[in-house]
Amino acid sequence: MNFDKEFDASGLSCPLPILKTKKALADMASGQVLKLVATDSGAIKDMQAFADQTGNPLLSSAEEGGKYIFFMKKK
Amino acid sequence: MAKKMAIIASKGTLDMAYPPFILASTAAALGFEVQVFFTFYGLQLLRKDLSSVMISPLANPAMPMPVPMPVVVQMLPGMESMATMMMKQKLKKHGVASLQELREVCIEAGVKFIACQMTVDLFEFDKSEFIDGVEWGGAAMFLGFAGETDICLFV
Repeated sequence: MNFDKEFDASGLSCPLPILKTKKALADMASGQVLKLVATDSGAIKDMQAFADQTGNPLLSSAEEGGKYIFFMKKK
Repeated sequence: MAKKMAIIASKGTLDMAYPPFILASTAAALGFEVQVFFTFYGLQLLRKDLSSVMISPLANPAMPMPVPMPVVVQMLPGMESMATMMMKQKLKKHGVASLQELREVCIEAGVKFIACQMTVDLFEFDKSEFIDGVEWGGAAMFLGFAGETDICLFV
């Protein structure tokens, strides 16, 4: 998937992946896509909740070799 | 309209400092309007210097210890500092944010911190020891906001 910005939150625990995602989205334009990489397994549900609460669509959520990869579109 | 959350932070130990700061920073990231009211020992969490925020193995039987430790050992001088140091190392190793980091995120996100004026007077705290941006208030001020919230917690 194409993305405009990438953030690696590997090694960070709750709630840092969410807080860093929020920060990363702050200086992006509407419609741009953020790729987030995390190792915190709690991030799967947290990212979905973040998407539901903030209205930024979570385009995909997948696991690859122990890492969780998320693509989020800025609303 | 944005959701609202109010938290009362009444404890001043390292373990009990995390829930209010984690929830406040995360709620702010989710777009909530958040206020945290710090009262009694919770006021320690608003000091510029957080080194007095420690964890004690005493009267804390749920705390996982590397080796079983009798209470008489836990009460020896220096045990609190040691437990705090070990806990901080563990938090760091697991990528958990420090209290300072979470507190800064809260401030950046516009979380309102209210310090209980009565406790400040009671313990004769010096207001200059507290971080900037803290508001001083009482129960009625907190309840004014709390009454309109979606989530209200006592920690």
